[in-house]
Amino acid sequence: MTSLSLTRRSALALLALAAAAPPALAADALPGDSIYRLRAGFTDQDGLAYDLASTRGAPVLVSMFYSGCEMVCPVIFETIAQTVKALPAPERARLRILMVTFDPERDTVDVLKATARRHGCDERWRLVRASQADVRRLAAVLGVQYRQLPSGEFNHSSSLLLLDAEGRIVKRTGVLGSVDTGFVAAIHGSLAARS
Amino acid sequence: MPRSAALAFARAGLCALAFGAASALLFAAAPARAADYVELPGGTFTSVLPQGATPSSSGPVTLAPYRLRSTPVTRAEFRSFVQAHPEWRRDRVPAVFADARYLADWPAPDDAGAPPEADSRPVTNVSWFAAQAFCESEGARLPTWLEWENAAAADETRRDARADPAWRRRILGWYERPALAALPPVGGTPNAYGVRDLHGLVWEWVDDFNALFIAGDSRTQGDPDLLKFCGSGAISIVDRDSYAVLMRVALLSSLNASDTTGALGFRCARPLHGDTP
Repeated sequence: MTSLSLTRRSALALLALAAAAPPALAADALPGDSIYRLRAGFTDQDGLAYDLASTRGAPVLVSMFYSGCEMVCPVIFETIAQTVKALPAPERARLRILMVTFDPERDTVDVLKATARRHGCDERWRLVRASQADVRRLAAVLGVQYRQLPSGEFNHSSSLLLLDAEGRIVKRTGVLGSVDTGFVAAIHGSLAARS
Repeated sequence: MPRSAALAFARAGLCALAFGAASALLFAAAPARAADYVELPGGTFTSVLPQGATPSSSGPVTLAPYRLRSTPVTRAEFRSFVQAHPEWRRDRVPAVFADARYLADWPAPDDAGAPPEADSRPVTNVSWFAAQAFCESEGARLPTWLEWENAAAADETRRDARADPAWRRRILGWYERPALAALPPVGGTPNAYGVRDLHGLVWEWVDDFNALFIAGDSRTQGDPDLLKFCGSGAISIVDRDSYAVLMRVALLSSLNASDTTGALGFRCARPLHGDTP
């Protein structure tokens, strides 16, 4: 415990020294490949600041979307809901789901809230927005590609990613519209590892 | 092109990108012009990638005026950055932001090699995150693809030389030359805007590299892609004759943000007015 505190303290000291810090810095003893090392400012559907690392310690399912999307994004929400249902009941409550919008301009907090309601998202789900630069950085660590069209629509690759308790990407699936059993097994494994 | 194949291509084959020793010698005497930005007027520009409402329709876009570094960032410049921001040393950077080859060609984590030649060579083996951090450290950002492509459309005298078959052959010719052991220094002949080394020296990161996904075959952009690519599918190519520029798109679209290669560097951009990127 003492050594951990010391590590944290020295990490903080280092951080304070690096005044002109880049967007992304290690703050804690996170693994080097943890996406929680990304420094980005998110706001959730309740208008609260959302820290990526706030879910440290539990597996998280992550995907990206935008509310104005009529074709694939509803399928993404539905696929996640089905995936969660495929887990043993005691595990469902412990899974966190993070949905990041490609479209912070139009996906205001109110729109995110409405989208969450429309898809029946409970408190396990966080629908978040960030600056366009931070959205691109998050997409970059997730390996998600997207571009905005002049019409305001977005083209984007669609995948669900599973982060382990330390924020490392441990599994991804491009299966949409049905449940990827391998992906469910990976979530189950991550949740079991924490219990 | 599948990601892995394109990346292998980028890592192995792209050394062929290096340019003629003759031109390297010719420009070696030109001093490296650190953090020298030139103004580009922007305006109407037609990209080789579709910018229309659907993936197959094109149309000119309007670019705001911007400034671009006249040369790619050099090893010396990147060394200064790493010394000021040691969290970007290769022995400290987290794996999520840079792969294992990041700055692997430097003699030591804070040593870019002996001057003078190492100083004026473009820095490569840098990830997108590292390139972004460098640009932010000088109050800049990475250029967008459109800004890069717009600047790269110019030859020495014309702002858009792309319709000229002779110009196209010249660019392609650079890519065909054998690789040199070491990259030549920055400081090639300026184009009509005063920007140097856009062709023939290194590949360059752009800010929206992960927006450049392309359908392998434009005929497949209907149903098969609908689930993979939300909206209206992956983009296709408008001008298939611009091979040299399309090779850049293919490379960038194959990369992950933490990837580095020995032929991939970057330059930074700034808005024309104001101090914030």
